[in-house]
Amino acid sequence: MLTIAGRKFRSRLFGGTGKFSSPEVMKEALAASGCEMVTVALRRVDLNNPADDIMRVLDRDRYLFLPNTSGARDADEAIRLARLARASGGGEWLKLEVTPDPRTLLPDPIETLKATEALVREGFKVLPYINADPILALRLQDAGAVAVMPLGSPIGTNQGVLTRFQIEIIIAQAQVPVIVDAGLGAPSHVAEAMEMGADAVLVNTAIAVAGDPVRMARAFALAVEAGRIAYEAGLGAVRKEAAPSSPEDGLGFLR
Amino acid sequence: MKIFCNGEALEIDPGIRVADYLSQLGLETSSVVVECDGKILSREEYGGHVLQDGSVLELIRFVGGG
Repeated sequence: MLTIAGRKFRSRLFGGTGKFSSPEVMKEALAASGCEMVTVALRRVDLNNPADDIMRVLDRDRYLFLPNTSGARDADEAIRLARLARASGGGEWLKLEVTPDPRTLLPDPIETLKATEALVREGFKVLPYINADPILALRLQDAGAVAVMPLGSPIGTNQGVLTRFQIEIIIAQAQVPVIVDAGLGAPSHVAEAMEMGADAVLVNTAIAVAGDPVRMARAFALAVEAGRIAYEAGLGAVRKEAAPSSPEDGLGFLR
Repeated sequence: MKIFCNGEALEIDPGIRVADYLSQLGLETSSVVVECDGKILSREEYGGHVLQDGSVLELIRFVGGG
């Protein structure tokens, strides 16, 4: 069973709550995914529509909230969002995102490390979203991050695991759980990440924008489970040359 | 008097407390976090904190996100 910062998770699939067509579809899809932790963002209340509140459909007893700092462009903005999240009753868990460039949404490694150091001192359980940089992952682990969240590909792109080589190194080195996040667009992508030995994956867009988000959530849950079982079972070695699956002996009668 | 709430300049009566203001907007205090003049207020402070002329108020809540 997966343990992060002393908390146990049966499901290795974490869910996002953005981009769903309605709160009701989100609720049903999250239930179908089996996930036990969900990300949420912080934004201004819409004064023209103050009743619009996703919290009315999210059961806090069922899901651990992982507030994110999406929208932060530097460490100071991320820290401000983190404090607001805690004051909102979001608890100590935090997905730290510092993305200065709206075009790529790639995370700023230096500001992410600075914010991690500060927020760990304030008692947050920090899960930083990072580019798939093995050195940075170790630096964040040393700074007290409870997990690292390397990206498969840029947020919302559904391109899958483009960072395979680096994520393999992160998994090999990390002492904290590795959660592959961002860009996982199909169940096959999450299966690949889990087969590589990722501890968990986080999926939002691919489920939320699917034709049928509830069925897609189920497909992702199955793929995560399949990938994990395959990893634990031990995959066969990759070879350059063919090796027959059928016996080479016993063909004397043919020639 | 004038306050700035979520980036909008708004006229309100003097002497209004944060809790009253949230109630006027129809907001549950449990669903929002309030930052006033750069300081996060705890929920216990909503009832006693009186908005001042020129106060900059941010009303923040959880929304869907990834």
